[in-house]
Amino acid sequence: MNFNATLIGQSITFIFFVWFCMKFVWPPIMNALETRKKQIADGLAAADRGRHELELAAKKAGDNMRDAKAQAAEVIALAEKRAAQIIEEAKTAAKEEGDRQLAAAQANIEQEANRARESLREQVAALAVAGAEKILRREVNAQTHADLLGQLKAEL
Amino acid sequence: MASEYHSSGEYIKHHLQNLTYGQHADGTWGIAHGAEEAKAMGFWAINVDSMLFSIGLGLIFLFLFRKVARKASTGVPSGLQNFVEWVIEFIDNSVRGSFSHQNALVAPLALTVFMWVFLMNLMDLLPVDWLPFVATMAGVPYMKIVPSTDPNVTFGLSLAVFFLVLYYSFKMKGAGGFFSELAFQPFPKFLFPINLLLEGVGLIAKPLSLSLRLFGNMYAGEMIFILIALMFGGGWILAVFGGALQWAWAVFHILIITLQAFIFMTLTIVYLDMAHAEHH
Repeated sequence: MNFNATLIGQSITFIFFVWFCMKFVWPPIMNALETRKKQIADGLAAADRGRHELELAAKKAGDNMRDAKAQAAEVIALAEKRAAQIIEEAKTAAKEEGDRQLAAAQANIEQEANRARESLREQVAALAVAGAEKILRREVNAQTHADLLGQLKAEL
Repeated sequence: MASEYHSSGEYIKHHLQNLTYGQHADGTWGIAHGAEEAKAMGFWAINVDSMLFSIGLGLIFLFLFRKVARKASTGVPSGLQNFVEWVIEFIDNSVRGSFSHQNALVAPLALTVFMWVFLMNLMDLLPVDWLPFVATMAGVPYMKIVPSTDPNVTFGLSLAVFFLVLYYSFKMKGAGGFFSELAFQPFPKFLFPINLLLEGVGLIAKPLSLSLRLFGNMYAGEMIFILIALMFGGGWILAVFGGALQWAWAVFHILIITLQAFIFMTLTIVYLDMAHAEHH
């Protein structure tokens, strides 16, 4: 065990190595480690946030679905009601039309009957006048008895 | 290979001799042959093998980590980046656990200490004769491949740490604060010479224990590997037994080299933490 200048050489070498390590080795690796640590933390946080958002979205989707279903049911009920109403209206309209046509036909029939009765009356009057004429030809003048004949015609 | 040596003692001595370059007694410069010559060179000599291996291992560490740092991505890490990040996080946790102040130097310092000491210790797992044998073939007479079995290396590290401790003690507490910490506790102020002696010894003991612990563990481990390697020259029964022993010791040593690197790093952090802490 004898000491010599190796001692000094070692110290200098050591100091140089430490300096190099401090300048060029430690900081970049430490940096990379820190950055990666941060990235991982960020990633985990983002995953958490994503999961939370997924939950919210699922909840929202469920809500929407329920709303849509309720709305659809409402629309269907409304449509059914409307259909029933339309049918009812149609029934009423058809009935009214039928009644109207029935009334018109009855009026028509009445008119026809009246007209037939009128012509029948005229014909009977004419016949009666003709008969009376034949009877009275000789003594009755048609002119002098015209008002009598007219009265008779009106009574028939 | 032990058979190439005249005695077991010579084999061991040879394996524990650094490749020292310095000025010989006769004034010429060259490589020391033997411990006495290395000693005679005095302070201004250098252990070429320790320097080469420690710098080489340090460069491997810096190269690998720099490679990852240059293209560090925040995506999914793979291969080398995974390993490097694992080491960095381990060091970062250790520093956060034992260092409670703000200092950008401490974590990279801890990383360098841990990886460098670990790699230097790791050389201990290479069979003791491989690289020295290759070196001998290449004409290099001595080759000690585990830098942390050289006290110069461990003391070089701990001295740098010690100076950092002194620097931050002065910076954080001021000269007066640092002195009062050394002189006015644990006993009352009028006993300050005793305090100074106690705290001074405690202060000096930090770098001394730091480096001696690492050196002692690695030196002893290396010694045991060398002793086991001696058995390979003693007939095939001993050689097989030695092989089994070497394997077992190497497995156990994996724990020791990691543990020693970890202890060196943790104590470095703790000493620096103490240097930052204010005593009241």
